[in-house]
Amino acid sequence: MAVVDIRRRTGYLFLAVIVGHVILISTQVTTKRGVPMLEEAVFGVFSEVQRGANAVTSGVHTWWQDYFALQQVQSENDQLKKDIGELRVRLQQERALAQQTQSLQKLLDLKGSTALLTTGANVIAGGASPEFRTITIDKGTGDGLRADMAVIAPAGVVGRVIQPSGRASKVQLLIDRNAAAGALIERTRAQGVVIGSGADDLRMEYVPGSADLKAGDVVVTSGIDGIYPKGFVIGQIQSIRRSAGGYSDIVIKSAVDFSSLEAVLVVLTPPPAAVDTTGTAGKARDHE
Amino acid sequence: MKTAGVLVAIALALALQTSLARFVVRGTAALDLVLVVVVYVALTSGPVTGMLAGSVAGIIQDALSSGTIGIGGLAKAIVGFTAGVIGQQFIVTAAFPRLVMFFLATLVHAALFMGLYVVLGLKEFPSPWAAVVSQALANSVAGIVGFAIIESLPGAMERRRYRRSKR
Repeated sequence: MAVVDIRRRTGYLFLAVIVGHVILISTQVTTKRGVPMLEEAVFGVFSEVQRGANAVTSGVHTWWQDYFALQQVQSENDQLKKDIGELRVRLQQERALAQQTQSLQKLLDLKGSTALLTTGANVIAGGASPEFRTITIDKGTGDGLRADMAVIAPAGVVGRVIQPSGRASKVQLLIDRNAAAGALIERTRAQGVVIGSGADDLRMEYVPGSADLKAGDVVVTSGIDGIYPKGFVIGQIQSIRRSAGGYSDIVIKSAVDFSSLEAVLVVLTPPPAAVDTTGTAGKARDHE
Repeated sequence: MKTAGVLVAIALALALQTSLARFVVRGTAALDLVLVVVVYVALTSGPVTGMLAGSVAGIIQDALSSGTIGIGGLAKAIVGFTAGVIGQQFIVTAAFPRLVMFFLATLVHAALFMGLYVVLGLKEFPSPWAAVVSQALANSVAGIVGFAIIESLPGAMERRRYRRSKR
């Protein structure tokens, strides 16, 4: 055993001497590139060590960075989600503003197209009870509004002011079951009274059965009620039914989408006193 | 004591080598006394001593010969180690085996020495065989003579003491 150990030590010693000589030679011999061989060999070996060390440190660094980056990403993600939420809200606001601007532009066009003195108003509330189809607008007596002033929209007649206050007014929609307006068929000029049904459609009454009517005919205000100016669109005939008493029972689809009202025009100029030619009520019924 | 003796032998070999170089035709290529000493030490003292002796002697020789320090040392260290191992494994006490050992050691040394220089691009050795073989022969003769002289020294001293005591 001892012999084996000695032989092993001899081998190690021999190896050490050989390596020592190689190192000694390498310090003096230069390569073709002019670099000392020892330097190149040491650099070559050490560069591999550096590469390995770099791989390890880079791995640790990357892992470390990723760990903390993930934490930052989490907070950044939360912040981005918050920002996205705010931007979505802002986008909706901008979109709503654009739509509002568009509807106001239509109102402006309507205001310019009519000789009537009008004022724009925003719808700020709906009806308090489903039984009564009303809205609240942001203009009141302080803006010159009075009761029974007509409220119109670019699409057609909306209703009338029934309860003005200093800075707001309640408007009775034409579809309210207690609302009515003098009307005529635009094509045949047959007159009657349009009353609300409480639903989304309207009824036209007191139209003579002999009148030339057909579905699709446009119904406009006649102006005889002293509230609504003449010639504003109420809607189109949806269906016609002959009823007893010589009158036709007409269902009208309203031109105005009452579910999406945002801005309206209030007609400040009272229409000229109308003559009740049909014998019906010349003024819209006000039961509220 | 042994180390000192080896170092003295190496020093003497170097001194003789450099002294004889002026008188030997075509330089020292014909004889390498340092290598002879290294082989002798390796055969008589083993591979480690032979290797260390070859290393030290070769480095000193390299330093004195303005060559690349370490190449001669490396060659002589390998030769010393190998000769030591062979001397331990085989019986190398007769003249002929010793002669063969010196001869082969010289060839191996020349191959390593010149090979390293050539491989490293430091020096060229055009047609070295004649010089190498002549050196191997010279080293072999020197080694045999050296061995004979050293081995005969104790007997000669005994005989001298014996003759003096008879007078």
